[in-house]
Amino acid sequence: MVPISYYLFLAAALFCMGMFGVLVRRNALVVFMCVELMLNAANLTFLAFARMRGDSIGHVSAVFVIAVAAAEAAVGLAIVIAVFRSRGSVNIEDIKTMKH
Amino acid sequence: MNIEQVLFGAFAFLTLLSAGLVIFARSPISSAMALVSTFFFLAGIYVLLWAHTVAALQVLVYAGAIMVLFLFVIMLLNLGDELPGSRLTFSRILGGGAAAGLFAVLALAIARVPGRVADLGTQQESFGTLKAIGASIFTTWLLPFEAVSLLLLVAMVGAVVVAKSRI
Repeated sequence: MVPISYYLFLAAALFCMGMFGVLVRRNALVVFMCVELMLNAANLTFLAFARMRGDSIGHVSAVFVIAVAAAEAAVGLAIVIAVFRSRGSVNIEDIKTMKH
Repeated sequence: MNIEQVLFGAFAFLTLLSAGLVIFARSPISSAMALVSTFFFLAGIYVLLWAHTVAALQVLVYAGAIMVLFLFVIMLLNLGDELPGSRLTFSRILGGGAAAGLFAVLALAIARVPGRVADLGTQQESFGTLKAIGASIFTTWLLPFEAVSLLLLVAMVGAVVVAKSRI
């Protein structure tokens, strides 16, 4: 039996990698993919704790997270398309109208 | 060393490897493909945690639906490779430092999690099955479930309104 903390360490590493990608990458699409990585890390944590406690609430939460991630991806990609139409670029450094 | 440990090691290594490819691949298509493989390996990890239903949903919804959406958008926008910038900028060092710092904090917290794992006992057969999760969703979590269906409807309408140039 693999200790639960190994799963938690894996989730933490995945979350930090996703955060690194969000902070570093300049392509809006890749930033979205890194957000998906972070959501998956959260899911893995839910499932690890569900296994540790032996109840299925964590599984229900993971299902909800997947549904919210689908909604987030749909709206986010629509915004990317709209921005690309008006600016001709998905580089987040080119999108700075609201920057102070 | 039993088969579960071997499988966990292999899946964890491959998950982190393909997550690294998502971050460091130059073309968005390569990133998307690496993300698909990340989702598949993570589904393997979920099965090791007795979450068979969530593993199946992961493959169906994430690797199936969401990634197809990503690939369609990448092809629609016709993006080329990113130009190689300077390798070590201030923001990259800052981002790496922030990620490493967060990992250190999380690792300190995880080290204090008690290692006691519940014995599944009588629910060995039903834990993580669609029947158990469905019973939980449609009794205790019915209101959040309906809220999620409303959220998906709003997201669908919003995506169409935002992405369409002329309605």
